[in-house]
Amino acid sequence: MASEATRLARRRRVSSRFWLTLLAAVVSLVSVFPVLYMFISSFKTRAQVTDGRLIPAQFTVQNFVYVFTEVPFVRYLVNSFAVSAVITVAALLFHSMAAYALARLRFPGREALFATIFSTLLITAPVVLIPLFLVVGQLGLLDSYAGLIIPAIFNAFGIFLLRQFYIGLPRELEEAAVIDGCGHWRVYWNIVLPTSRPVLAALAVFFFLANWNSFVWPLVATNNPDLTMVQVGISSFQSQYGANWNYVLAAATVAALPMLALFFAFQRQIVESIKTSGLK
Amino acid sequence: MTSLTAPRRTAAADTGSARTGRRPLSRKHREWIAAALFLAPDCIGLLIFVGIPMVLSIVLGFFQVSGFGSYTWIGLGNYRRMFSDPLFWSSLRITGIYVVVLVPLLFVISLGLGLLIKQKLPGIGVYRTALFMPYVISLVVVGLLGKFLLDDQVGAVNRAMEAVGLSGRSWLGDPSLALVSLIAVTTWVMMGYYMIIFLAGLQEIPQEYYEAAKLDGAGPWTTFRNVTWPLLRPTSFFVLLMSTVAAITGGLDLVYVLTQGGPANSTSLAIFYIYQQAFVFGEYGYAAAMGSFLVLIMVVLSAVIFALTRGGRFDDGE
Repeated sequence: MASEATRLARRRRVSSRFWLTLLAAVVSLVSVFPVLYMFISSFKTRAQVTDGRLIPAQFTVQNFVYVFTEVPFVRYLVNSFAVSAVITVAALLFHSMAAYALARLRFPGREALFATIFSTLLITAPVVLIPLFLVVGQLGLLDSYAGLIIPAIFNAFGIFLLRQFYIGLPRELEEAAVIDGCGHWRVYWNIVLPTSRPVLAALAVFFFLANWNSFVWPLVATNNPDLTMVQVGISSFQSQYGANWNYVLAAATVAALPMLALFFAFQRQIVESIKTSGLK
Repeated sequence: MTSLTAPRRTAAADTGSARTGRRPLSRKHREWIAAALFLAPDCIGLLIFVGIPMVLSIVLGFFQVSGFGSYTWIGLGNYRRMFSDPLFWSSLRITGIYVVVLVPLLFVISLGLGLLIKQKLPGIGVYRTALFMPYVISLVVVGLLGKFLLDDQVGAVNRAMEAVGLSGRSWLGDPSLALVSLIAVTTWVMMGYYMIIFLAGLQEIPQEYYEAAKLDGAGPWTTFRNVTWPLLRPTSFFVLLMSTVAAITGGLDLVYVLTQGGPANSTSLAIFYIYQQAFVFGEYGYAAAMGSFLVLIMVVLSAVIFALTRGGRFDDGE
């Protein structure tokens, strides 16, 4: 009788696992379907792009050829790549320097300074968009690469995350170096930076992604078509080509693919840095 | 590695002692100077590009900014205009609906997904990837995709509804539906992000509690109510606060691409109306005043959430 009960319980457990797996599969499918459908549809012809079929009746790469030849799409991609890369490198350098000082060096007002920096985390970008635009305008940086890059470097999130990481690092290595007469810069550059490679890699992916995807700031800060970043590019492409969904989806696919590739390559790092940001 | 760094270390020691010979600075003061230099780039940058704009956004609200850089003090003029601007009130009302629907919806869905992918199911890594993936796609692409799928003539959603015998709706063209569509698309992008945060919180809960609950013969619902929910408080608080702040001041990218605030201003969130006043009509002062008001609402609401959830602590409340 006891064995009968356990068998029943096991069967119930197995069937609940089955339903949970099915549920997970269904919601996952709903989640990826739009992206998958965009990808598939970008290979359809103009006549078939809206036919609702999951497999193109006629497979074409003409949409991509069109996007790259009719619009300076390569320029958009290069702009976005260069701007995002420079922001990422500069941000990692400055944030790790600041975080090192906040975590390790002793100086008066350290906690107050950290609290001040931390409080800027509460200021969300859309809220300061207008005054930031005016400040950058006063500095004569509108419509320039500098105007796209410099304001995007500074955010407290990176400083905060790196400081937490440095506080958790064992001090022995650094102390040994200090006793050996290393200056603070040497300790930072030769010891702290190399040991923080994993967290820097995670942040690098995160920063690059955020800046590649950024839209509102490049939209308001630039007018010069040579400075068009990829998100602004596809947005204006869509308003221009409206119903030519085959072209619009091909352009959107090109803009999304690098980030999807980055995501699949560095999924663990991205997920870990989000987890850390949530835990505080 | 030690053999590599050893010669360098002696070299550093030499220059170090040489420097102390030249500069009679105490170790403490050297540390202060180093700290200042390490902190300078970020602090100057944050001051110019975050601090000053923050202060300026309040100050600007009292000026009329016309054309290129001429500022006229108009006192509370912008605020008086704001309170009698029906479009502003309508945008606040829309933001209110957006926040009240989106925040609980995102909370429940992402908590559910977090609980789901915490299970040890076959192929769980694939599901986690699939659910998180929309988050890495830019909001512009998401907006374009939403437009494509929700189009009333050719969109896949209406096609699918027609295939099962329902009549299609004008998801983005009907003023009573457009906000629903905006919320649905936002939920789709953001659920993976909050799911990961919930997952992190769930994984922090010690396994022993679940084993104890199991020994007591607690079912899934009792376990959730008595173990998961109370121990997840800090995470729940964080998600609630983050998503509320994001809902009040966010959504600009998606509205811009998906609806441009239409039809009939039905998706004109406050942040989009502010954007329009500043960058379409050049009313920077007026837009800044409305922005400050929105920040005030955000701060008050955050304080309310903080008070209601007691800062997400475990101990009190239960």
